[in-house]
Amino acid sequence: MKIKEIVRLLEADVLTCENLLDSDVYSACGSDMMSDVLAFVKDQGVLLTGLLNQQVVRTAEMMDMRCIVFVRNKRPGQEVLSLAEENGIVLLATAERMYEACGRLYTAGLIGGCTKPANTD
Amino acid sequence: MDEQLIFRYEIDGSNFTSAGEASVSVKKKLRQLGFAPEIIRRVSIAMYEGEINMVIHAHGGKAEVVVKNDRIEIILDDHGPGIPNIDLAMQEGFSTAPDNIRSLGFGAGMGLPNMKRYTDTMAIQTELGVGTRITMTVNI
Repeated sequence: MKIKEIVRLLEADVLTCENLLDSDVYSACGSDMMSDVLAFVKDQGVLLTGLLNQQVVRTAEMMDMRCIVFVRNKRPGQEVLSLAEENGIVLLATAERMYEACGRLYTAGLIGGCTKPANTD
Repeated sequence: MDEQLIFRYEIDGSNFTSAGEASVSVKKKLRQLGFAPEIIRRVSIAMYEGEINMVIHAHGGKAEVVVKNDRIEIILDDHGPGIPNIDLAMQEGFSTAPDNIRSLGFGAGMGLPNMKRYTDTMAIQTELGVGTRITMTVNI
């Protein structure tokens, strides 16, 4: 799924890296606990979260995730925006709640990314 | 003699926001050196969890990443309180992190288990009131 399709499905605002909306993503994960995100392999995934600090961007960077969606109309501060811009991570903001946002993406064919534990392949 | 590259970092323990900067830097350096994405990801995630741990529990510390011919070593050294029970600390979900850390997205009790999960070997040397040294390796 292209990131611009996520923008459309979630009626999201694009906060950073508008030039990367044509990039493909293959899986997604919804969590406010960053260590849970770090526990599972996700290639070119999307992270949906209600958390707004810089560790969200660093976690995505560590996992090679290309896109973060902030749910419930939350907006990150300037430091978070700059860090994402610097690392080429698309930040989106949607009014949807976590459950609805995940549901919309899943229904549209974006599968979950948390099914394959690390180091088992 | 083994050819090797060493990267050294001071981890600032007073600032949770900056935690992870060393891991991001290591990730960029390993990318420049041309390592496979999977290797880079394993090293940087293990180090990131370690960095977060040092900030939460030990007022920071030192990190060293050594690139050898056949493996990458990550050595994390702190002068924190030490780990009273390593078996317990290795259990997924066990955490002694304060509540404010949980509201920041960490403290789920996955740090040490994740570090073990992503590395080929992990050794913990710890002494109460003195500090902890964690040595991890990822085979190339």
